[in-house]
Amino acid sequence: MTHKMSSGDHVLKADPLARVEGEGAMFVRVSEGEVTDIELNIFEPPRFFEAFLRGRAYTEPPDITARICGICPVAYQMSSCAAIEDACGVAVTEPIGQLRRLLYCGEWIESHALHIFLLHAPDFLGYDGAVEMAADHRDLVEQGLSIKKAGNALMTLVGGRAVHPVNVKVGGFYRMPSPAELMAIRPQLEQALERAVATVQLVSGFDFPDFEQTQEYVALRSPHGYPLEGGTVVTSSGRSFSVAEFGEVAVEEHVARSNALHAHLDGRTNYVVGPLARYTLNHDQLSPLAQQAAREAGLGAKCRNPFQSIVVRAVELVYALDESIRLIDGWAGGAEASVAVPPTAGTGHGATEAPRGLLYHRYRLADDGTIEDAVIVPPTSQNLASIEEDLRKFVQPRLHLPHDELTLQCEQAVRNYDPCISCATHFLDLTVDGR
Amino acid sequence: MSADRPTLAVWKFASCDGCQLTILNCEDELIPLAGAVQIAYFPEATRGVVDGPYDVSLVEGSVTTPHDAERIQEIRKSSKLLVTIGACATSGGIQALRNFADVAEYRSIVYAHPEYLSTLDHSTGIAEHVAVDFELRGCPVDKHQLLEVLTALVSGRRPQIPAYSVCVECKRRGTVCVTVAHGTPCLGPVTQAGCGALCPTYSRGCYGCFGPQDTANAASLGDQLVDLGMPQRDVVRVFRTFNAASPAFHAESERHEPALGKAGREQP
Repeated sequence: MTHKMSSGDHVLKADPLARVEGEGAMFVRVSEGEVTDIELNIFEPPRFFEAFLRGRAYTEPPDITARICGICPVAYQMSSCAAIEDACGVAVTEPIGQLRRLLYCGEWIESHALHIFLLHAPDFLGYDGAVEMAADHRDLVEQGLSIKKAGNALMTLVGGRAVHPVNVKVGGFYRMPSPAELMAIRPQLEQALERAVATVQLVSGFDFPDFEQTQEYVALRSPHGYPLEGGTVVTSSGRSFSVAEFGEVAVEEHVARSNALHAHLDGRTNYVVGPLARYTLNHDQLSPLAQQAAREAGLGAKCRNPFQSIVVRAVELVYALDESIRLIDGWAGGAEASVAVPPTAGTGHGATEAPRGLLYHRYRLADDGTIEDAVIVPPTSQNLASIEEDLRKFVQPRLHLPHDELTLQCEQAVRNYDPCISCATHFLDLTVDGR
Repeated sequence: MSADRPTLAVWKFASCDGCQLTILNCEDELIPLAGAVQIAYFPEATRGVVDGPYDVSLVEGSVTTPHDAERIQEIRKSSKLLVTIGACATSGGIQALRNFADVAEYRSIVYAHPEYLSTLDHSTGIAEHVAVDFELRGCPVDKHQLLEVLTALVSGRRPQIPAYSVCVECKRRGTVCVTVAHGTPCLGPVTQAGCGALCPTYSRGCYGCFGPQDTANAASLGDQLVDLGMPQRDVVRVFRTFNAASPAFHAESERHEPALGKAGREQP
């Protein structure tokens, strides 16, 4: 994976980048002892979602935008519903809100378990992948798969299937599960919760490079608990603004090497979304059990080492399982599956916390509900500039390391973000210059 | 490398990753699967790479760039069996909606720097480029069907994948017909089975994510949807989603387009 150029000049490269969702490559160029160039190339082809959403019906984005990402389709369904309901001035009922949160917990469980055990842990234990790791650590991989399976079972029950659930619509759901159906899955979630608590302990014992990021953290914050399906946007420098203002504050730019846009705050500052930002800005909102797991893992009220994101993801796994059990226990059943959402001309904004971080949607609707304009800002495109910044800071003091080892550590620095390149790859129609 | 186990490679083109995720969603079968085949190339799951040729290649995604049009030729050459997984690889996927638009106009409207990217005017399924040994349908593919295909390939037999419609699955499950009982528009009669008639079970009409079945009479269903009161524009929309470029759905969506006039096509 690594080759030497001339004396003192090196290229560290991972092409393609393995164990990430989607197609990308990483290049770090070093010349005479200095890092000269860092590039994350996104060669996942563009798919034009914002373009072909124009002219579609306002009821279609939950099904259509789910197809941006097979790993986090619920995030797209939730953010699109929130934005369209905002445009139409409709609020859903409490039971619908609870069921959305429950479905979202299923996605967090599935996605976080996938990343912790199959994509990230092999870096710390020294394997190419989970299948290779299973040869020596079969119990570990099987535990991870069983937690992941519990998340998928929850998504399948509430959403109909684990990838691209069919039960979500603007205004709520097509069908509500009965309390008995939800109770039937509770033992599986309880068992997964026990394993998730043990996972926090296990991954907190991994070796983490000494590294601290200084970027601004951005996450949602909600009075209803740890942020999933909504809230206001808060930052680590103490700013707070509404979801409607997000599109003005976060500015995307189109860079040459990438089929994804890079986002900056106010067009200047790199920022980070995702587990570390959520945890640092919402630690107090975790359930007592998740807080205890974090404490026992040695995490403070904030975490700024991206290599420790695997620990924070495990804490969030505990939270999502704990929260899903709480929601199931409180589920009365009998509520209407959806509320009517008559089309209204106007613009709506929606943001929710995808497993990888804040996902923003904006739609402008005509009076008959036809979509006139759509903007989607996925978490990975917000993190791309920060991933490059991390790499730059990380590599320079480690140039003495053997190439293969440093290349692997650089790959790890990228995988810390659980980047979803499929999500990041689609262009936003915010900037229109040269027309 | 390993003479006793067939080698498996998993390739990605334009897609959401959901179909290859379905491989990793086979939680109970994943470790046994890795014992039955040698996972030789699967970047989403491992850094390890075994050089080809490969016994079986699974291909996810559609061809949308000049580079990918060349890449699929190379993959075909290095694969004994090539199986496509999912709607993108079979019919071009949701991104084939560009096939109905002027991509040059898309670019100039949408992109700050269209010169940075290279993309084709059409999104096409893999079989339009190379010979395909088997096409597994679905957006996403069904986990059980995927396991059936892998099992069949490993044991050297043909996969048992039904080609009948979703209606048959509803009857088998005992699900009351949503169209007959409630007048809910449903693409079940023209859509290939495989999902287990999921949507009608969740009280909604099928939205066709497995694409047209072999003998789909889409025109008859299209007329029925109009009779049920669906506006022409919505009839075009329901046939134009995840399998929009499949011949049967493509033809039916176009048949309802003239009724719209130009204004219906060009939204503000």
